[in-house]
Amino acid sequence: MKLCLTNALYLEASVDLLVEDGRVVTMMPAGKMDVPADCEVVDAQGKILLPSLTDCHVHMRDPGFEWKEDIATGLEAAARGGFGSVMCMPNTKPVNDSATVTRYMLEKAAKTHPNGPRLLPVAAATPGLKSQGLSPLGVLKEAGCVAVSNDGKPMTDTELMRRAMEYAWDLGMKFTDHCEDPQLAPGYLMNEGEMSAKLGVMGQPVVGEALQVARDCMLSEYLDIPVHIAHVSCAMAVDILAWAKARGTKVTAETCTHYLMLDETALEGYNTLAKVNPPLRTAADRDRLREAVKTGLVDIVVTDHAPHAAMEKETTLDLALNGFTGLDLSLTLMWQLVREGVLDQSDIVRLMATRPNEIFNLPCNRFNPGDPADFILFDPDLEWTVSRETLYSKSWNTPYLGQTMKGRVIHHWMGGVQLF
Amino acid sequence: MNTDNRYLWKHKDLLDVSQLSREDATHLLDLAVSFQEINNRPVKKVPTLKGKTVMLFFAENSTRTKTSFDVAAKRLSADTFSLSKSGSSINKGETLKDTALTLMAMNPDVIVIRHSSSGAAEYLSKLLPCSIVNGGDGWHAHPTQALLDSYSLRKVWGPDFTGRTLLILGNIEHSRVARSNLFLLRLLGAKVRLCAPRTLLPRQYRLWDCEVYTDIEEAVKGVDAIMCLRLQLERQEAGLLPDLSEYSRRYCLTSERLAMANPGAYVLHPGPMNRGWEIADEVADSGQCLVLDQVSAGVAVRMAVLYLLGTRND
Repeated sequence: MKLCLTNALYLEASVDLLVEDGRVVTMMPAGKMDVPADCEVVDAQGKILLPSLTDCHVHMRDPGFEWKEDIATGLEAAARGGFGSVMCMPNTKPVNDSATVTRYMLEKAAKTHPNGPRLLPVAAATPGLKSQGLSPLGVLKEAGCVAVSNDGKPMTDTELMRRAMEYAWDLGMKFTDHCEDPQLAPGYLMNEGEMSAKLGVMGQPVVGEALQVARDCMLSEYLDIPVHIAHVSCAMAVDILAWAKARGTKVTAETCTHYLMLDETALEGYNTLAKVNPPLRTAADRDRLREAVKTGLVDIVVTDHAPHAAMEKETTLDLALNGFTGLDLSLTLMWQLVREGVLDQSDIVRLMATRPNEIFNLPCNRFNPGDPADFILFDPDLEWTVSRETLYSKSWNTPYLGQTMKGRVIHHWMGGVQLF
Repeated sequence: MNTDNRYLWKHKDLLDVSQLSREDATHLLDLAVSFQEINNRPVKKVPTLKGKTVMLFFAENSTRTKTSFDVAAKRLSADTFSLSKSGSSINKGETLKDTALTLMAMNPDVIVIRHSSSGAAEYLSKLLPCSIVNGGDGWHAHPTQALLDSYSLRKVWGPDFTGRTLLILGNIEHSRVARSNLFLLRLLGAKVRLCAPRTLLPRQYRLWDCEVYTDIEEAVKGVDAIMCLRLQLERQEAGLLPDLSEYSRRYCLTSERLAMANPGAYVLHPGPMNRGWEIADEVADSGQCLVLDQVSAGVAVRMAVLYLLGTRND
């Protein structure tokens, strides 16, 4: 089975792409290819070609919270958002701390999306995410888990954190750590700053995040074992990463699309749709993160896709649950940064495809011969309005609800098969 | 009642004083003066809000604020209905949204809400077409308290607070009274100082553009009024204070400390007072203390608020 995509724009150059049996055969300047006779030809009409993206941090809510999202809707949102690989966090119910849960996830994904996107489960570091003892990580790896995390439950016990990192790395799995000191400002609802003082709610100082980032960097250096820092939200954490990386520490880090786009002022009027953990910080933090993803100090961008039902957000700020959906919107938002000149197209490919695949050792399409034929066509000018109807996720808890966006994925192929 | 025709009250709700212009605040406080006159009559009732319904939805404990709103509404001939947290479906797990929609289905004209969540009043105001009065939400705002405090000060200072300095003393961080007063007093021309241990101040207080002290004896020098805030016991339990006797040693408003302020400086307290902790007995009972004036001002101010909101569609 052969496919030839013609007149696509890859990193601002017009190209033709030839695919056979799920693999890239060749990519060359447009018009130079001798198109084989038995080949399906698709005219990309100058739309933007990108490899399928990888999201190393999503919450699929399945099993246990299917009213928010399930594997079918979550993978559909991933596919439509341009993601070919999604790493799903273990805070399901039951928690993904056993091969049974991992296999359930993978079997459901194979059934609803046999051609992709790939669902890549992350194993719970501790049974029930209760931070007492280690989960059977060897069994979880065999069942299909690709990394380890205690998800949103901070690893306050540094001894346990050390042992989890060591044990996971013996198995070749990296630890993704949610960095938070839960004893600093317990019960916070947002960033401690001008906005929290105005609204009269408890805020978290950036120190609450940065402390644990520092702890993890020091452990990583001491043990000579890699650690991956989840959803970096503040400049202070970026500074610590700079310090650690300068010392040669094997630390990698992600930030989320929303920390590059928004700041704490989004919570004006007690806007529960802007409540997320870590909280949105200040414009200065946002700018520092933009710089850090440009230089690669923060390695990758993830969504931290966290669907919640409408009723879980339609309440007061203290009761509203944390999190945004992100799979549908992330590339569209990142493209705003390309349009503004903050990032260029190759940064998007690096931050959302090649670098995440490198960090977690996942299949990666660099459009070299033999690479998996996973790619998308993106129309940067397509206008659409964010609404319950236009999002593929089961939930619509995003601060962009109701806004008009520019740019959307129009086609997605995985293994040479067109998903839509 | 005839009001100045040139002035138009344009607010559906009273969520915080920060929504008010100086003209709004002045108009409201002037109006309260005329309602105060009714409170002093032998027959303390006018038919202004006859046929209107005021719901008192107090999801957090309150005696004085609730009673004050109730008295204010009844003196304007409105019908009042109370809903408290205990004895309502809130304790049965009903969401605030459903409680609010249920109240709305009874078609009230005004809902007064007291709630422990900052932003609860604003949440209701976006959800419901009737007028919402914020009777205190979390740490955020308590607009009628600020208005009644300024009402009491206008009685002794006159309508323009320019050149006056007021000290807010005590737990600023967790105080809706402090937040609302800070805004209104400055709107009316006063300078505001804050005094508290650092643990009871918001970290961003510098952005509030007022003088901040941690030493009470420095803080009282040169002030024309001192507003003591109530110290909640749970702050000590949360580790924000060593103990209450140390707090009172460092921050209690005693007559010696009051004597360091400008001569005749007034003392306010939103109540209920912890005598001996944040305010000394002899200060609470002195002629400089406006606490009881504040209580009667509360009824007049709340009558003015209910009048403005209750008749805005008439």
